[in-house]
Amino acid sequence: MSELKIVNCSKYYKKNGEPMCALEETDMHVENGRFVSIIGPSGCGKSTLFNIVAGLIRPSSGEVLLDGKDITCESGHVGYMLQKDLLLPWRSILDNVIIGLEIRGVPKKKARERALPMLKNYGLGGFEYDHPDALSGGMRQRAGLIRTLLYDQDVILLDEPFGALDAQTRMQMQNWLLQIWKDFKKTILFVTHDIDEAIYLSDEIYVFTHRPGKIKAKIEVELPRPRNEKTLMDDRFLTLKRELLLMLGEERVSSE
Amino acid sequence: MPEKLKNKEMIIEDPSVEQTKLRRRAFAGQILVGVIIVFFWEFLTRIGWLDSYYWSSPSTIVRTGWTAITQGTLLQDLAYTSGSTILGFILGTAGGYLLGLSFWWSALYSRIFEPYMIAFNAIPKLALAPVLVIMFGIGFDSKVILAFLMTIIVAAIAAYSGVQNVDPDLEKMLVSLGAKRRHVFMKVVVPTTIPWIVSILKINISLALAGTIVGEFISSRQGIGRMILYAGQVLNIDLVWVGVVVLSLLSIVMYLGTVWLERVLMKGRTPKS
Ligand SMILES: Nc1ncnc2c1ncn2[C@@H]1O[C@H](COP(=O)(O)OP(=O)(O)OP(=O)(O)O)[C@@H](O)[C@H]1O
Ligand SMILES: [Mg+2]
Repeated sequence: MSELKIVNCSKYYKKNGEPMCALEETDMHVENGRFVSIIGPSGCGKSTLFNIVAGLIRPSSGEVLLDGKDITCESGHVGYMLQKDLLLPWRSILDNVIIGLEIRGVPKKKARERALPMLKNYGLGGFEYDHPDALSGGMRQRAGLIRTLLYDQDVILLDEPFGALDAQTRMQMQNWLLQIWKDFKKTILFVTHDIDEAIYLSDEIYVFTHRPGKIKAKIEVELPRPRNEKTLMDDRFLTLKRELLLMLGEERVSSE
Repeated sequence: MPEKLKNKEMIIEDPSVEQTKLRRRAFAGQILVGVIIVFFWEFLTRIGWLDSYYWSSPSTIVRTGWTAITQGTLLQDLAYTSGSTILGFILGTAGGYLLGLSFWWSALYSRIFEPYMIAFNAIPKLALAPVLVIMFGIGFDSKVILAFLMTIIVAAIAAYSGVQNVDPDLEKMLVSLGAKRRHVFMKVVVPTTIPWIVSILKINISLALAGTIVGEFISSRQGIGRMILYAGQVLNIDLVWVGVVVLSLLSIVMYLGTVWLERVLMKGRTPKS
């Protein structure tokens, strides 16, 4: 069981003596096992919110609760994949994905034994001993995600993991992610710029306003699972898409 | 060309073949150039175009060198000089590396010591040699300390630059995986700085040698530096040349040593920066 509550979290930075808002007071309630997306214009504070949830930065106000326990400013309670893949270039893929286990004190040999089947099952078989610069962008993202999964927290934050991939690879990776989500029964918070991606993957979508960001709307996605290419042609999909396009369009207009 | 296409010959690029080829030819070329230099040196001194009193000649140098080995103390001198150089190099480089790394731990501490490090780097350490010889005696210690002082700050500055180059996002990523500072240090900071320290190994080995030789020039009972100084004083220019040649060979050997060390430290990485 894991239930994530973000209560009244905000973040202000001082810029030229003036307080500058990176994220306005935000409340969010993510239930166990849900796939929740956050969509919003660039600079609206999505990464800031994730950094707060992951305990990497201190919110200016508010708190983060995991199963009722206050985890504000404490790192290591949720899995977090940052916006870049951040693989260590001097380590092989295998040694990259086990780093979370290493930190936790699992002996290297054991950690490797645990990681190997996972790399095989999730499309990195044959590349275990390669270094990251020998891999394609999609494969690097897989490695980054497997690293996060091996860290084995119930809640996982993914900050635009597929942002840099081409449409084809992206689609593949989305299905791959849904597979993983099903296999591991995680709770996922997912940041994206891409409306189709948000609808295709999520149970619910939070739409953020342009900066300073705050929640503009919360949308339930009631498309049946498992989802596939046909989902993209579903009428409900298209209705949702139109709705979201309008909302984000308003944001674009008001930011100009 | 059309024939090749007809055969459908696959062209599989293998950069390592080209590399090996290039390396072999370069090595052959290097040997050739060396042989030509030695040949002309010998030839020109024989026909008298170069004055063999000043320029000696390869054959005389070999002969004098052999005498110095069999009847003199050339080998002991060599051991003395290379010993203090290598010891000073290791202590200085390792010490400097640790010093530079230590700056990662505290921004305050590194801010305080940064200007001192730069000031110390600017001091011509060789000018301190006479004081060091007085302080530490004319023996082995003063040479090691000179080599140490010549190398420590270079290593510290390189390591510190590496530390400043640590990707803060990598640090963030590790922290999100529950890492403490020591984990970040061992898993990100140290690996990031290795190419930086590797890049100054070659510089440091020659600085260490320079430090040792100057130490021996100032005052010493042993060493190649002392031998050269002594030979110069008694106008035995052939022996000066022997010293110079031995030092050149020594630096080549130590250079190859650092190349090997580089390879060990950079194992499993593409040598980019
Ligand atoms: N350390 C910081 N100091 C000052 N301002 C910051 C800092 N970090 C973020 N900001 C500001 O906060 C705002 C939100 O940044 P954030 O990275 O959260 O945006 P984002 O929604 O993730 O954008 P993108 O979609 O482009 O990744 C931006 O305007 C940014 O300039
Ligand atoms: Mg972001």
